[in-house]
Amino acid sequence: MGERRTTASVGASVEALFREEHGRLLASLARRFGDLDLAEEVASEAVEAALRHWPVDGVPTRPGAWLLTTARRRAVDRLRRDRTYATRLALLQVEADRAGRSGADDDPELPDERLELFFTCAHPALPADARAALTLRYLAGLSTTEVARAFLVPVATMAQRLVRTKRKIIQARIPLRVPGAGELPHRLPGVLQVIYSIFTEGYAASSGPQVQRRDLAEEAIRLARILRRLLPAEREIAGLLGLMLLVHARRDARTGPDGGIRMLDEQDRSRWDRAMITEGRDLVLVALTGGPPGPYGVQAAIAALHDEAPDLDGTDWPQIVALYDVLVTLTPSPVVALNRAVAVAMRDGPHAGLVLLDALAGDPRLHGHHPFPAARAELLSRLGRHADAAAAYREALDLVGTEPERTYLRQRLRAVESRSCVD
Amino acid sequence: MKYLLLIYSAAGADVADQCVFDDWVAYDRALKDAGVWVSGHALSDLTTATTVQVGADGARSVTDGPFAETREVLGGYDIIDVPDLDAALEWAARCPGSRGGGAVVVRPVAEF
Repeated sequence: MGERRTTASVGASVEALFREEHGRLLASLARRFGDLDLAEEVASEAVEAALRHWPVDGVPTRPGAWLLTTARRRAVDRLRRDRTYATRLALLQVEADRAGRSGADDDPELPDERLELFFTCAHPALPADARAALTLRYLAGLSTTEVARAFLVPVATMAQRLVRTKRKIIQARIPLRVPGAGELPHRLPGVLQVIYSIFTEGYAASSGPQVQRRDLAEEAIRLARILRRLLPAEREIAGLLGLMLLVHARRDARTGPDGGIRMLDEQDRSRWDRAMITEGRDLVLVALTGGPPGPYGVQAAIAALHDEAPDLDGTDWPQIVALYDVLVTLTPSPVVALNRAVAVAMRDGPHAGLVLLDALAGDPRLHGHHPFPAARAELLSRLGRHADAAAAYREALDLVGTEPERTYLRQRLRAVESRSCVD
Repeated sequence: MKYLLLIYSAAGADVADQCVFDDWVAYDRALKDAGVWVSGHALSDLTTATTVQVGADGARSVTDGPFAETREVLGGYDIIDVPDLDAALEWAARCPGSRGGGAVVVRPVAEF
């Protein structure tokens, strides 16, 4: 293995390193052996071996290659032992030879095949709720327990979901491959959607006591950074990464010392992360130049305008409305229309916004979506229609999932109720 | 790997109505030219269907139907042999039966 460096605190560094290498290791093994199950097992075995050997022998100079070689040897051993696998091994050898490379050698190069794994984990043939879980498990290197915690489901439930999904990948033979140039425009949005869903789950947990789980948002940012390195020419990846950074930059200001939620108008903007905003803004430029913009690029541009504004009144609302006009054409959805209506209310006054909101009221896709009655309540309250506002806040309270959001809406409800008594 | 493509048409519509007959001929030819076609048939109208069930006591029940209670009716199938699911999905998308409100369900054939 060549020269080795010895470290006193090998244990901790091994753990951090393995998390980083896990996706790469797994992708490489799965591709080589065509078996995700086998890849997962020998990857864990290689890590166990590393945890045993490295504290004694020192961390090898190329830890990733060490892990891959160890895992590959274990896989080959296992295939040789297992009679049902014997024919498959022979087949793999034939395929590998045909592809002009040997299947079981100690290839010194560590290929990065994570892009293939990204597309497999986000494959449209897999259940939507499993795609993000699979991506966190295989590409972010989270354990099943950590993934379960991330989605607030029991470990057994998550383990079963992962097993079922993996079974579909294997039995339906979902390939580990990067879609061709013709398919990419259809498939990439699915991968971006998975990463963004991990981010939004972390940012505003759909249920439970915490309003934001930063570690999950940071995993999503980490995944987007990896994806951006793998596909540097795709501007929507820059858009997505930019959007997440520009939103995540406000994380410290988003909750008060009491853990309560702070809306944009109440946030202490001096606590926003300037370095992250700068990085996000640079990515917006990448996302919006050199061709027609995509939905993530436009959303990132909107987030950038918020981040650059000194306060709510000093925000460039006409520009934000213009960007929402573009977004509505790119991704026509009632949720986008709802956000556009709120921006119009800021530009032209609450009445103009309310007219737009009321036009959306019949849309069944907004039923059960608590931001809709909450936004209506806000505008009604600004128009002085306190009793109507209170009714809309109550409607929103019936729908909202997280405790901090509930607390926030209760406070607003109490405020308009007290005013409606005075009326 | 073999995949079964189950071709469903929207209830009430005839498969032949939805697409030009030539589209089906072209699709069949494309499957065969690519060397992926194993077998396949169009099915007669659902009104000709008969259901058979045998009870625990061995009693045979034969009934007319089923009739179109579901929204979509199985109108035909193809079995194809392709390397992976992506290739199978590609053929499903090319099938004329996937258009005009119809749907193609892709099922891997179990290997024992």
